[in-house]
Amino acid sequence: MIDLVDVTKSYGEGKPALSHANLHIDKGEFVFVVGSSGSGKSTLIKLLLKELNATSGNITVSGERLEVMRHRRVAKYRRKLGVVFQDFRLLKDRNVYENVAFAQRVIGRPGSAIRRMVPEVLKEVGLSNKMKSLPDELSGGEQQRVAIARALVNRPDIILADEPTGNLDPQTSDEIMAILERINNRGTTVLVVTHNKDIVNAMRKRVVTMKDGVIVSDEKEGVYHEA
Amino acid sequence: MRPSTIWYILRQGFKNIRRNWMFSVASVLTMAACIFLFSIFYAITTNVNYITRKAEEKVPITVFFDEGLSEERMQEIGELIEARPEVESIVFESGDEAWEKFKETYFGDDSEAADGFRDDNPLVNSSNYQVSLNNLEKQPELVAYIESLEGVRNVNQAEQAAETLDSVRSVIYYVSLVIIVILLLISAFLISNTVSVGITVRSEEIGIMKYIGATDSFVRAPFFLEGVILGAIGAAIPLGAFYFIYNEVAGYILRTYNVLSLSVDFIPAPVIYRTLGPIGLALGIGVGLIGSLTTVRKHLRV
Repeated sequence: MIDLVDVTKSYGEGKPALSHANLHIDKGEFVFVVGSSGSGKSTLIKLLLKELNATSGNITVSGERLEVMRHRRVAKYRRKLGVVFQDFRLLKDRNVYENVAFAQRVIGRPGSAIRRMVPEVLKEVGLSNKMKSLPDELSGGEQQRVAIARALVNRPDIILADEPTGNLDPQTSDEIMAILERINNRGTTVLVVTHNKDIVNAMRKRVVTMKDGVIVSDEKEGVYHEA
Repeated sequence: MRPSTIWYILRQGFKNIRRNWMFSVASVLTMAACIFLFSIFYAITTNVNYITRKAEEKVPITVFFDEGLSEERMQEIGELIEARPEVESIVFESGDEAWEKFKETYFGDDSEAADGFRDDNPLVNSSNYQVSLNNLEKQPELVAYIESLEGVRNVNQAEQAAETLDSVRSVIYYVSLVIIVILLLISAFLISNTVSVGITVRSEEIGIMKYIGATDSFVRAPFFLEGVILGAIGAAIPLGAFYFIYNEVAGYILRTYNVLSLSVDFIPAPVIYRTLGPIGLALGIGVGLIGSLTTVRKHLRV
């Protein structure tokens, strides 16, 4: 599903942000990528989103080779991914329903599909009763659930979550991770970038640890290592 | 493209305009001023053209012949002149006709004063051709040609009138061209600024769209639309207003300067608008599109 072969990303003359990374993630896996800030986690996410191009090496995601992908193909490629951010990135002037529907509108889904899918995913994340609420009327956890619903609504192959619990209290963080685990159990590949030790240790999933742009460990049912 | 997508783009385009309404109003007003001035200059230029063309038809060249030239040769000369492409029409006037016209013009009802010449037409050698041109610029060339013909004594021409009309026309043409181009550039700049503000305001939304998988054209379309709408509104308002103003002003000039109505008439507004309407709208929409195109290219590398 995700394959990185000897991938390096340099921004300038200095030390590369990602150095000779090799990573293979199978379909349906749940993977944590952990490490302190500056370890290369965000660069990895940006490379997978094709927001950045690797300096060298090969990246294949869901059968698409990113290093040879043309610019006009990028939009279609990103539809295979669902992205969740630490700061939720919701549209403040639109209600919950519209925020989720937005993801379908921008890829040109017909109105009938939107009316069917949006309530369905909002039910999945437990927000059926908040469809009309504006983001500012919701708690942090609820906003993140809207963001997950938006990532989910186009039924992506992979969910990429960049510090999804970074702005949330421990209890809400657990709820969010439970939702991501449910999504994973249905067969969607989930990659979570985090430095939340408690969550990583509690879930016992595969853990890829990064330090200074290098993958230093990769453990099945791993725990959080202070790299 | 699905109807829902088109509807979405339309809504977003109008939303952008509403969100930055102050910038939008400024753009529309500048564009309106621009198209209004364009309309004025266009109307003046086309009317001056129309009036000079009419005047050209009224400024003939008069060709006189050598004394005692045979009628056959006069006819030959007439045929040679008529064959020239710049000649609109040619009228023969015999010596007797010339004398009659002269008498009428200078003696009027006082026919007794002309009686002294009763049996002795002083203009007996004044048979002539009145030649009208379809292109005043060719006048010197034609005069030179006619003067070179055998049997031609003299060619009278209203060179001064021709030159004046011509230079008035070209001054108006170039001055209006320069002013219009400057104004159009200002409009394009303002529209590009308005679109650029819209992009800044919506940068977060644009970022989200990109992550979700919106195509470049989907992200850009509302901004293009914004430019086109601003341009179209900015053109439609002055074009509508000028239609009525033109009719009023033309009527006012003809009423106030009565003497003009004998020699001058204006092109009717519907005739002017057959060209001005589409050109004005195309200019507005085109400038709007160019303004947004350059900004979207610069700020939206999606």
